[in-house]
Amino acid sequence: MLEIRDLHASINGNEILRGVNLRVNAGEVHAIMGPNGSGKSTLAAVLAGRDVYSVSRGTVTYEGKDLLEMDPEERARGGVFLAFQYPVEIPGVTNSYFLKTALNAIRKHRGLEELDAVDFLKLIRERMRLVDMEESFLHRPVNEGFSGGEKKRNEIFHMAVLEPKLAILDETDSGLDIDALRIVADGVNKLRRKDNATIVVTHYQRLLNYIIPDFVHVLVDGQVMRSGGKELALELEEKGYDWVKETPENVTT
Amino acid sequence: MGQQHAWYEKQFESFERSLNGDSRTPVHKLRRSAITHFLSRGFPTTQEEEWRFTNVQPIASRTFIPSIGRPEARLTAGDIDRLAFPAVNRVVFVNGHVVPELSSTRLPQGVFAGSLAVARRNHASVIDRYLGASVRGTESAFTALNTSFLQDGLFVHVPDGVELEEPIVAVFIAAGASGGFAAHPRNLFVLDERASATVTEVYVTFGTSDYLTNAVTEVDLSPGARLEHHKVQSESRDAFHVGFTHVRQKTSSVFHSTSVTLGGSLVRNELISVLSGEWCECTMNGLSVGSGTQLLDNHTTIDHATPNGRSWEVYKAILDGSSKGIFNGKIFVRKDAQKTDAKQTNKTLLLSDSATIDTKPQLEIFADDVKCTHGATVGQLDEQQIFYLRSRGIGVDQARDLLTTAFGLEVIERVKNPSLRSYMERILRQRLHEERVRTAQ
Repeated sequence: MLEIRDLHASINGNEILRGVNLRVNAGEVHAIMGPNGSGKSTLAAVLAGRDVYSVSRGTVTYEGKDLLEMDPEERARGGVFLAFQYPVEIPGVTNSYFLKTALNAIRKHRGLEELDAVDFLKLIRERMRLVDMEESFLHRPVNEGFSGGEKKRNEIFHMAVLEPKLAILDETDSGLDIDALRIVADGVNKLRRKDNATIVVTHYQRLLNYIIPDFVHVLVDGQVMRSGGKELALELEEKGYDWVKETPENVTT
Repeated sequence: MGQQHAWYEKQFESFERSLNGDSRTPVHKLRRSAITHFLSRGFPTTQEEEWRFTNVQPIASRTFIPSIGRPEARLTAGDIDRLAFPAVNRVVFVNGHVVPELSSTRLPQGVFAGSLAVARRNHASVIDRYLGASVRGTESAFTALNTSFLQDGLFVHVPDGVELEEPIVAVFIAAGASGGFAAHPRNLFVLDERASATVTEVYVTFGTSDYLTNAVTEVDLSPGARLEHHKVQSESRDAFHVGFTHVRQKTSSVFHSTSVTLGGSLVRNELISVLSGEWCECTMNGLSVGSGTQLLDNHTTIDHATPNGRSWEVYKAILDGSSKGIFNGKIFVRKDAQKTDAKQTNKTLLLSDSATIDTKPQLEIFADDVKCTHGATVGQLDEQQIFYLRSRGIGVDQARDLLTTAFGLEVIERVKNPSLRSYMERILRQRLHEERVRTAQ
């Protein structure tokens, strides 16, 4: 589904990603872990198409196509979804209007008919239950006045409505208490299917108790220093990131 | 003024000759003193502080013939629905003169809402008492010109304790194949004690261009009266529009206003409210949308003259092309006006590199125990917001459109009446959509 080769990316002349390699197949959950400043969020942003980052080298192939050639909206319509670390507030646009616009843009792209108000409402009511969200959130402006936890839950709600093929969750666990974490993780797990994949970007192992990854990758200084199964996350938790830095083992999966 | 001086003098003389039996009334005394004032003063220049950013030469150098008497315009009720919107109480004016066959109202007994010219027959005492009262002596050249050629406009009188449910909608249509004329509608709204009403002024164009609308509205709110007022200006992009609204608020009265400016090549709106009794509330919200070479000027004044008054003001502008916006927001807190609470916000969205805004919040506070805040921001669309929308599959043009509309809707959402709110929302979307289509071409 996704193949990243030797990806280099920089912002304002600072190289953040220095040769990332990663391969994600349909049905898999990958965790990307790493210390602060290792480039985890940069990787997520580059995959979503944030243009403040420039790619100087490498390729990203998504379903056989050059992902880096695509506009952010083309990527989203093609099934790529980024759950933001810091979801953006959009005053004056209600959550439901926003989602309807997004969903219909995606449906139009896929040659499907646009959903009318009744069908749309039916769909979002059903998806709201996945993240245990109250109906009032539909009528509030996107993320405006939401607590940190509500914003993260709203991201997963967007994901549930838009049904991406490749979801990238950027530090979705940060700022969540244990109950909110469980709700968010439950939502993600319920959305798991054989034909979609998830990349979970996180600093802590905590989230991975709830979303069990098939693969764990450790990103340090803009490179994947080590890859392994879910047990690697536990090892990291115990030994810390310094352990990876001291015993580098540049692996390509 | 030179040649213009003689021209206006002649216009007034011929207008005066056309008035049959009206030359000895108090209204005509107003006209005579106004023309004297206008002729001695002339149009303002950019040398005057109040007109520093707005050069009215395009108006001053022309001779717009005052529209005297009712012009012929073939309009149907369906046209008015399309130009404005259906309403239970709707009074239609063409070039400043009422069109009775297109107007209809359903009002409680004792309430008047209709033509000022007609009302002068039966409501002379109220009209003579209030007409011109708030502007006499201090009027600008444009207001003096309006008074000089004063004939008709919307007159509303709501007696003590009457609360009107249905809004009163006045539709001012500029029409006439040739253009080159001036409409001088004159409105007067008098709300007696504890009366309450919603009054909407809509200015539109029908099959004409290149004319001047010079409107004056005077409002008098008795103790406890409440007025929700809207002014929607959606005229042709080559029309000139000068508007002056003066409100006098007595004890515990509430004035809540929304001004929406979408059309016109040169627009100047001045809105003044004097809080002359204690415990008054005043809200002024405004939205301007400019493109091309439009110049949209909003001057507001909230004058806290007595204690315990509260005011809120939000003025926004969306400017594209090489359009120019001006906002001057004065808030006076007089020496006696202790415990005043005033808040002013001015936000501008610049959609192009050549659009400009001159913004000037002007707070003059002479009392010491008050709370006054103001803030002005000028900016472009937020790149992070655009990216967030795009990352959900929304195209870049639609994302910009959505954010721009949301910026404008923040003002319109504060309109209390739902049907007026949806009308304003509709014309805002139309206006922004038009713009996007034009830019795309």
